[in-house]
Amino acid sequence: MSGLIGRKVGMSQIFEDNGIAVPVTVLEVGPCPVVEVKSTHQHGYSAVQLAYDPIPGKRLSKARLEHLKTKNVEPHRTLREFRTDEAFEPGTVLDVSMFQIGDRVDVIGKTKGRGFQGVVKRHGYHGGKETHGCKTHAVPGSIGMSATPARVLRGKKLPGHMGNHRKTIKNLKVVKVDSDRNLLIVRGAVPGSRNSLVLVRKTRKVQKKG
Amino acid sequence: MDVIRNIEAPYLKQGIPDFMPGDTVKISVRVVEGDKVRQQAFHGVVLARDGTGISETFTVRKISDGIAIERIFPLHSPNVQAIEVVRRGKVRRAKLSFMRSRKGKSARIKEKKQQKPSSRAAKGSTKA
Repeated sequence: MSGLIGRKVGMSQIFEDNGIAVPVTVLEVGPCPVVEVKSTHQHGYSAVQLAYDPIPGKRLSKARLEHLKTKNVEPHRTLREFRTDEAFEPGTVLDVSMFQIGDRVDVIGKTKGRGFQGVVKRHGYHGGKETHGCKTHAVPGSIGMSATPARVLRGKKLPGHMGNHRKTIKNLKVVKVDSDRNLLIVRGAVPGSRNSLVLVRKTRKVQKKG
Repeated sequence: MDVIRNIEAPYLKQGIPDFMPGDTVKISVRVVEGDKVRQQAFHGVVLARDGTGISETFTVRKISDGIAIERIFPLHSPNVQAIEVVRRGKVRRAKLSFMRSRKGKSARIKEKKQQKPSSRAAKGSTKA
């Protein structure tokens, strides 16, 4: 099963018949033409390369343009690969109709960048007291032991850059599919800001039986 | 944004009466008990309207057996089956949080007298 490339449109809510408001994210996915099929014996792994977002050819580098030209695909802004053992015919166009209402999908995106952040925001440390004579409010405190081991343990949670990294949200339920407008509506939130690139694939999370 | 509005459009209610904070309203709420569906009335004063579009909500406060009850209804929820304006109130703010500290006589809201049709009607049509 391949996936699709798309962009995040935004969030909203939808009412179910029983009156429950469902938080949803609207994604615009596909149509994605198959550019290249990678196979184990030729490339060392099996995958399918998809294109997304048509743009004028002059906006692309010559290398990218030629790559698409040899595969008879129109110029597109984005190329992404999805690992799959399934056989695809180059040139076929995948679109949102590959998903149905009730399907579970994984959505991969880049989280919003938050810059250099301290441990309270970045790792959820509780921080110190705001009052009662405390002079430190959001410091990590002790970061380890003394002469043994005389170093900071690897992986210690400290301040640093937060956000702007790839994140996969697994097992989102498909609430609605609109093939005419290439829209996929999933329940819950998805990483990234509006218009940011997302990859959608059928979930890899193992479903409970029954 | 237009894409999202298109998705919300079928869920938006049509013909919501023009009501504002200070108004006394009667809400018909759909209540599901097991497999039985019935209607329950909630009668009280509107304290606030919040949000826009599909996520718009309104707060209704009533005094029931001396105990104040406030409920926040999603305006477009299918569980809010009918909104009936019983009385127009004359208030000067958008959020009537001060009603929570009022009791008895001071908790009354003056009734709004019939206005010249121009101002109210024009306002109502843009809001609804």
